[in-house]
Amino acid sequence: MESLSRFLAFLADAIVNIGDWIRGLLLGAGLVDPWVSLIMKAIGALVVAFFPLMVVVFLIWAYRKVAARMQGRLGPNSSGTWAGPYGILQTFADAIKMLTKEDIRPQGIDLIPYNLAPILVVFASIATWAVMPFGPRLIGSDLNIGIFYILAFSSAALVVFLMAGWSSNNKYATVGAFRSVAQLIGYEIPQLLAVLTVVMVTGSLRMQEIVGQQEIPLLFQLPVTAFIFFLASMAEVNARPFELLEAESELVCGYFIEYSGMKFGMFYLGEFMNSTAVAALFATLFLGGWRGPWVEQAPILGTVWFLLKMGLMLLLWMFIQITFPRLRIDQMLAFNWKFLVPLALANLCVIGLVNKGITEWFPGGVSTWTRAGILLMTNVGIFLATWGILAALERREQRRRETWRAAQVGEVEVSA
Amino acid sequence: MTVQQVLFFLFGAIALGAAIGMVTARKVFHAALWMLLAFFGVAGLYVLLEAPFFAAAQLFVYMGAIGVLIIYAIMLTRGMMRQRLPRVNDQWWFAGLLAAALLVVLAWLVWQHPWATTTAAAPADSLNRLGLTLVDPEGFALPFEVASVLLVMALIGAVTIVRER
Amino acid sequence: MVPLQWYLVLSAALFCVGLYAVLARRNAISILMGIELMLNAVNINLLAFWRYTQPEAAVGQAFAAFVYAVAAAEVAVGLALIVSIYRNRETVDVDEINLLKW
Repeated sequence: MESLSRFLAFLADAIVNIGDWIRGLLLGAGLVDPWVSLIMKAIGALVVAFFPLMVVVFLIWAYRKVAARMQGRLGPNSSGTWAGPYGILQTFADAIKMLTKEDIRPQGIDLIPYNLAPILVVFASIATWAVMPFGPRLIGSDLNIGIFYILAFSSAALVVFLMAGWSSNNKYATVGAFRSVAQLIGYEIPQLLAVLTVVMVTGSLRMQEIVGQQEIPLLFQLPVTAFIFFLASMAEVNARPFELLEAESELVCGYFIEYSGMKFGMFYLGEFMNSTAVAALFATLFLGGWRGPWVEQAPILGTVWFLLKMGLMLLLWMFIQITFPRLRIDQMLAFNWKFLVPLALANLCVIGLVNKGITEWFPGGVSTWTRAGILLMTNVGIFLATWGILAALERREQRRRETWRAAQVGEVEVSA
Repeated sequence: MTVQQVLFFLFGAIALGAAIGMVTARKVFHAALWMLLAFFGVAGLYVLLEAPFFAAAQLFVYMGAIGVLIIYAIMLTRGMMRQRLPRVNDQWWFAGLLAAALLVVLAWLVWQHPWATTTAAAPADSLNRLGLTLVDPEGFALPFEVASVLLVMALIGAVTIVRER
Repeated sequence: MVPLQWYLVLSAALFCVGLYAVLARRNAISILMGIELMLNAVNINLLAFWRYTQPEAAVGQAFAAFVYAVAAAEVAVGLALIVSIYRNRETVDVDEINLLKW
């Protein structure tokens, strides 16, 4: 009975305890302290780097299964060539198939950027996982610029797409790379502004601090900011409805054209890992990360809550990807520059003013519920106001366009 | 050799080697890629200098924005490559001599000057101090606003110059 | 600890490599890349001095931040000029763009 309670106590903070146990083993084997720290850090880095890879293997299967069921078919299953119960091993079968494909080397390509591009895409995706908070004391590295580090890496990965497109010696690849970078740069701005709003409200760039401030999850305090961040992140990871640049029927798959076999597999993997990272980021910023009931007693539950929230966001991402058609490039860019950026800017300015105003008008401090309520009303108010203004402007523009078009046909006289 | 010195040599070698690769590359696209690698090395140096904000800003601004701009410009101006241009002009030997002479003078100057350094660590809230300084009216609020006006002017100017008539 | 002189010599070396790129290359974009390298060397210098002489004050960091903004603005305008020149003269070789107008 006592050993059971000790086992449960060990399990309550399992990962940290396993780390301490390994450290004890290493120290007992006679290694000195700097080397022990180095080995512990290397083991931690390996675990953190393998986590997204394992999640993606499961995610690809889940995506195909959910898509199939939503479309009224079965998806990977255990009939035919056996791929595990419910077809779980389907991803491994796909990976083996990709490994056995011929590695085509097209003529006239630039060898080094062509081969480096898939590696760098996966590098940038994995590097963002170093600052994801998995639990109250489980984080790769609690940098004091946590969220900024993630944004910087996803921005630095843009140039890799240009490398891939240009070195393929194919005009469709180059045009696809141009458009892809135009889309990604454009949608980075509302993403950055939404994150800035969250940083302003919580007061810190550190991930653990942002999670620590969310007694009420920020989704309920700043719903419109979450909406902007979610849409901008869907565009950043090239998910439908923003999937124009890598769809098979548009521009022959964009900058992927000349890649086959495992190189294409790495691009595919990198895209899914980006989606997982964005889901984890949304869960951290807006849903409260590892917070949940009973986390003080059993910190391992923090990791469980984090994984559940990440899974919920991934499910939402899958649903949207399966049900929406694709936008055209001009619709996509118009949506960004004419709707999301003004909304994000208005959001940032007004929330900043209100946040500062709360500390000025109530010098005694307010309870968290009051503050949450004020922020929520401000957020919804900004959304309605911006939408109203933009809709009125668009209606006026539409009327002007129709008058001009009718004048072209000769029906209406347009007075100067 | 402490760990910091090893890391300094590593990132310094990356930055300097990539810079030399940039000036000796045959194709200008390769030169742009070497330049991005040099930026990455410099970002590593910023981490060693305990300025992590600037390391991330280096990745963001230089690699993500300026690098992309330069590669766009290369693609827009290489479309019709009729003849392969020689990479260096006629006075390249003089330029090399001048650069080497400047390097020798600068290196000798900084090496033998007794700098008044402190060995204090950077404060843990240096990021907060930077933010406060940039918006403090007695700090750098005015240069901050002027910098944003400068960026707006540069953008409007650039768009006006490149517009198709 | 890494001595301050090492950082200064490294940034001087980067500056001189950038200077060589500006003086010796023919492609206008390569010249711009050399200028960016020089600005990076200056930034390393600024942050090294901030860290080693007065890490409590944020002046050094603010200065480096302004250098970033100025570099970004200058690259944008410079590249716009180069693309516009390419449209008019069909070349970006600076040795051939030596007449104001003919």
